[in-house]
Amino acid sequence: MQLETTINGNTVTLDFAAGEFLSETLRRYGYLSVKEGCDTGSCGLCTVWLDGKPTLSCSTLTARMQGHEITTIEALAGEAEEFARFLVAEGAEQCGFCAPGFAMTVLAMKRELKEPTVTSINHYLAGNLCRCSGYKGQMRAIVKYLGVK
Amino acid sequence: MLEIENIIFPESLGDALATVETDPGAVVLGGCGYLRLGSRKIATAVDLSKLGLDTITETEHSYEIGAMVSLRTLETDSCINVFASGALVRAVENIVGIQLRTCVTLGGSVAGRYPFSDPITALLAIDAQLVFQGAGRISLQDYLTGKGLRDILVKIILPKDERVAAFTSMRKSTTDYAVLNCAVARVGTDFRVVVGSRPSRAIRVEAAEKHLAANGLTRETAEQAGLLAAENLSFGDNPRGSGEYRRKICPVLVKRALIEVLDAA
Repeated sequence: MQLETTINGNTVTLDFAAGEFLSETLRRYGYLSVKEGCDTGSCGLCTVWLDGKPTLSCSTLTARMQGHEITTIEALAGEAEEFARFLVAEGAEQCGFCAPGFAMTVLAMKRELKEPTVTSINHYLAGNLCRCSGYKGQMRAIVKYLGVK
Repeated sequence: MLEIENIIFPESLGDALATVETDPGAVVLGGCGYLRLGSRKIATAVDLSKLGLDTITETEHSYEIGAMVSLRTLETDSCINVFASGALVRAVENIVGIQLRTCVTLGGSVAGRYPFSDPITALLAIDAQLVFQGAGRISLQDYLTGKGLRDILVKIILPKDERVAAFTSMRKSTTDYAVLNCAVARVGTDFRVVVGSRPSRAIRVEAAEKHLAANGLTRETAEQAGLLAAENLSFGDNPRGSGEYRRKICPVLVKRALIEVLDAA
């Protein structure tokens, strides 16, 4: 199958098999920041934005992408780097495999949550798993990054 | 692994229904969140995402939720957050994470009649009605107890009334499938008591509802309704818990939900 969609602001024509999911297509086209972790829709590593909303690319059929806007972390390098500095300052970054999906969720959270609290941050992040850490460092980094009082 | 040989995007609900009726290999797609976990091979996948079924409409007497409305859209809708004490939002807000809830649809959960479903339990307590393209309007309760339909679910209708409701569940971790879930509602002097993920399908508990209607809702009748639910329902084993465990926690969940309704008054 073939369709036209927008990835990181560029119009792209994708060739794919009927049952292919977006994470596989994106990686095949070189967007290697998109990781596949659990393959059950649980870990959030494959998070991209679909029309600005954080979405599991492993559970989204590529065939549905006609006319949509897909964003991966490659398009948000500046913001991601800024957030990464907060993570590093808190010693929260470990193996880094979950980091792109995690950062995509945090950057979406920054846009969506008007007055973030620790509770609303936790709820927003429930779909992002990290196998290395105990989440404390990430939470400290996010609280500082978002300026939570 | 899910395999799809061909995927079609019908241009009308009539075309979608015609495909389902004439092609025995046709499967209607919801959000694919659950479907993709299996190793199914689908000859023709019918995708409804271009039929405008992804909106919530408020009418004078109801809220109409299109079958392709995502759980995340439900969760963030200001009206659904208030309707029936926000019970439907409570039922979806802990399903995995926001990214999955952006993918998966209410119609997919309902049409699939999944026994572990949280929203189905809440929808039963809300007296939800379903509209199918072929079969027309049918209550969710009749759909769950029937043989299933080879049809296209178009929308889920929530009747507007002064219903006070509550949803609660027992989970091993916040975002896991429920070991047991429960939704209750008070509509005037009538009650709904629903228990799901038993692990079989959600079901109303008539004995508990009658007890509450006859005696009113108090802390004592809430406790009794919970005991009646545990006595009258069947429970089974699955990897998340034994039937015996589910029977033990059932009265607690029913009582908790009813007391939430009582305290909301």
